[in-house]
Amino acid sequence: MEQFAIYLHENFFYQAPLWMIKAAVQVGFASIVLLLFVSPFAGILSFIERRIAGRMQDRIGPNRVGPQGILQFLADGVKSLLKEDLIPKDADKPLFILAPYLVFLGMFTTFVALPFSSKLIVADLNVGILYIFATSSLTVVGLVMAGWGSGSKWSMLGGMRSAAQVISYEIPAGLAALTVLLLTGSLSMQAIIKAQGAHPWQWFIFDNPFTLISFFILFIALIAEGNRTPFDLPEAESELVSGYNTEYSGMRFVFFFFAEWANLYIIGAIMTTLFLGGWQIPQSLYNASAAVANWFPQVVQLLFFQIKALVLIFIVVQLRWTLPRIRMDQLMSLCWKYLVPIGFFCVMGVAVWMLLFPQGVPWMRTFLTILAGITLVYYFYRVYYQIKASNAEIQLNPFV
Amino acid sequence: MAIQTQEMMLNMGPQHPSTHGVIRFVVKTDGEVMSEAIPDVGYLHRSIEKIGEICDFNGFMPYTDRADYLSAMNANQGYAMVVEKLMKIEVPRRAEYLRIIASEFNRIISHLLAVGALAMDVGAATPFLHALKEREKVNDLMEALCGQRLTYNYVRIGGVSYDMPPGFTEQSLSFLDKFEPIMQEFERLVSDNKIFVERVANVGAISREDAIAYNLVGPNLRASGVDWDLRRDMPYSIYPELDFKVCVGRGEKGTLGDCYDRYIVRIREILESVKILRQCFIQIPEGPTLADMPKSLKPPIGEAYVRTESSRGDIGYYLISDGSTHAFRLRIRTGSFTGMSIIQKISQGMMIADLVALIASLDVVAPEIDR
Repeated sequence: MEQFAIYLHENFFYQAPLWMIKAAVQVGFASIVLLLFVSPFAGILSFIERRIAGRMQDRIGPNRVGPQGILQFLADGVKSLLKEDLIPKDADKPLFILAPYLVFLGMFTTFVALPFSSKLIVADLNVGILYIFATSSLTVVGLVMAGWGSGSKWSMLGGMRSAAQVISYEIPAGLAALTVLLLTGSLSMQAIIKAQGAHPWQWFIFDNPFTLISFFILFIALIAEGNRTPFDLPEAESELVSGYNTEYSGMRFVFFFFAEWANLYIIGAIMTTLFLGGWQIPQSLYNASAAVANWFPQVVQLLFFQIKALVLIFIVVQLRWTLPRIRMDQLMSLCWKYLVPIGFFCVMGVAVWMLLFPQGVPWMRTFLTILAGITLVYYFYRVYYQIKASNAEIQLNPFV
Repeated sequence: MAIQTQEMMLNMGPQHPSTHGVIRFVVKTDGEVMSEAIPDVGYLHRSIEKIGEICDFNGFMPYTDRADYLSAMNANQGYAMVVEKLMKIEVPRRAEYLRIIASEFNRIISHLLAVGALAMDVGAATPFLHALKEREKVNDLMEALCGQRLTYNYVRIGGVSYDMPPGFTEQSLSFLDKFEPIMQEFERLVSDNKIFVERVANVGAISREDAIAYNLVGPNLRASGVDWDLRRDMPYSIYPELDFKVCVGRGEKGTLGDCYDRYIVRIREILESVKILRQCFIQIPEGPTLADMPKSLKPPIGEAYVRTESSRGDIGYYLISDGSTHAFRLRIRTGSFTGMSIIQKISQGMMIADLVALIASLDVVAPEIDR
């Protein structure tokens, strides 16, 4: 990399200082690695979502391209590349062109600070969580630009909706994240994970009742920020045709969708990091895997992180294909009348809790963990009951 | 200094995903809240009434399918009945039963599509597909009955075109047995869903008086609390022999006559139709399916009007005959057209998202509006 920078400096950009070229090369290299690392996430998630949706809706879902249709996203991407890139006559051209990249950028720069394992992180920023919230807010600029720049009234309505929605839901999201920051005393993603343990009762979600509530606030707020059903108002298909991306076609359109699915993963990753113990694995498992190879614990950690994230993603997908969409005024009142006050209450609650019990309360952790366990058992009982009641055919194999 | 604001005029349709066909609304909005939605009909006008004057009586029968393609059987039946009334033809009993079986099946699938589309328009894609899946099964049955899946052209003047195929009764009954639990599942998924109720309850409430004044018909009228069903109150065919309940909106989750009432009335009518079908399959007599008909139909000079209860309510055929083989004048009166007319009044001050729910809950179908 060093040599490549020097080569560039000597042959092409001799006016520019060497450090600048070095930096540019590093950034370029990092972004290529990140893109190659991240793109499969978005692509495979799109496959997973479509497959789950297919199952929920009694259809098959993509199953033609590649084994079980897993390469469908590649086919879709290639198809979109070949499509005509249409810019409407009334569009504000620079904004129209810029918007998808901003949305894309906002989503993908968040991956820089996501800790996939104890070593697998691009940059363990000391402002990690703040950075993630900041960059993911960049998407709203893109969405508003897309809405305005399209020169279509439906797009503009979608853009305005997304602006109102994303900005409103930043507040409860920030408040809910604040509870974790109080407990950790650090903004760094790795420090947050290190403050938790491998076992459920060591996670922040079960630390005290207030963090449990914040977990759900953050979950709702992140779904809303990601424009997903039941909060998918900006692209409400039945109302606004397709919202801010109505006028987009070809690759620009794909950028929006890429960002959406990347964001789906980010929701899972942030929730996992903040509340579900991130990549933490039990010490015994760590030792066992370290015996295999030096790098093997990292893989196990990555696996744990992904499983936790995927469970959350599954819930988000399931919600999306079950629930109707709420209305704009209901969306706003949910945010400002319920989530924000409860969020403040939780922040205060955690602060008081820490003041009263600086060492934490073991029985409360146990109690909350057992409560969650009971809820989970009840959930599976309900699933079992519903399946029995509907006397539907059960197909457990996902690859049929 | 006050910032000047201006109302935005939006063209909703004719190619909008939630207008269900080519219907256009001119929507005046201020942000999300709109001041008015003016329906603009006529994009799907095919001069069906004029065609009725050019075709002979049997020849017009396939066109009635297109008058309301989502409940073609009911449209067929109304036209057959008006010609029969004018010519004083006695329809065989078995044919009457077959007509009712067909049209009640048709009511089920039409309502399934309506409630599914309402769920879809408020944002839930899954119930729509579940509804369509059941619709496909009924379509299979209809295909067995008359060879068509959408535009059936099954009813003939003086009877029906074919008798039931062998095994049709068993197939239908086994479908109905499976269908009822699925409707319960659908209800669990949609009817009590908090978000769904929030979206449709108290939205677009049409008062009893308005519903009568605007001449709403069918489920839309009953949802507003008016206990009126042609099948019971102006009985035709074999309906007097059947036992069924007329479902009326009660304003369960909100005000009387809101979108939720229109939704729940349709759900209950589906279940009532299932009841009617079961009775039909038990009571159906043996016999011919088509009356003895003259080669060319020449109704005596005169006029007749017949109303039948279609899926979208009262569908009326008015026929004037000058004694020739062609109608002198044919007029079709449909429920969706009046359903459209009330939208302008109800939609004032609504949000755009509510307008979508209102249109879907009124179950207006483009070809039925314009004919």
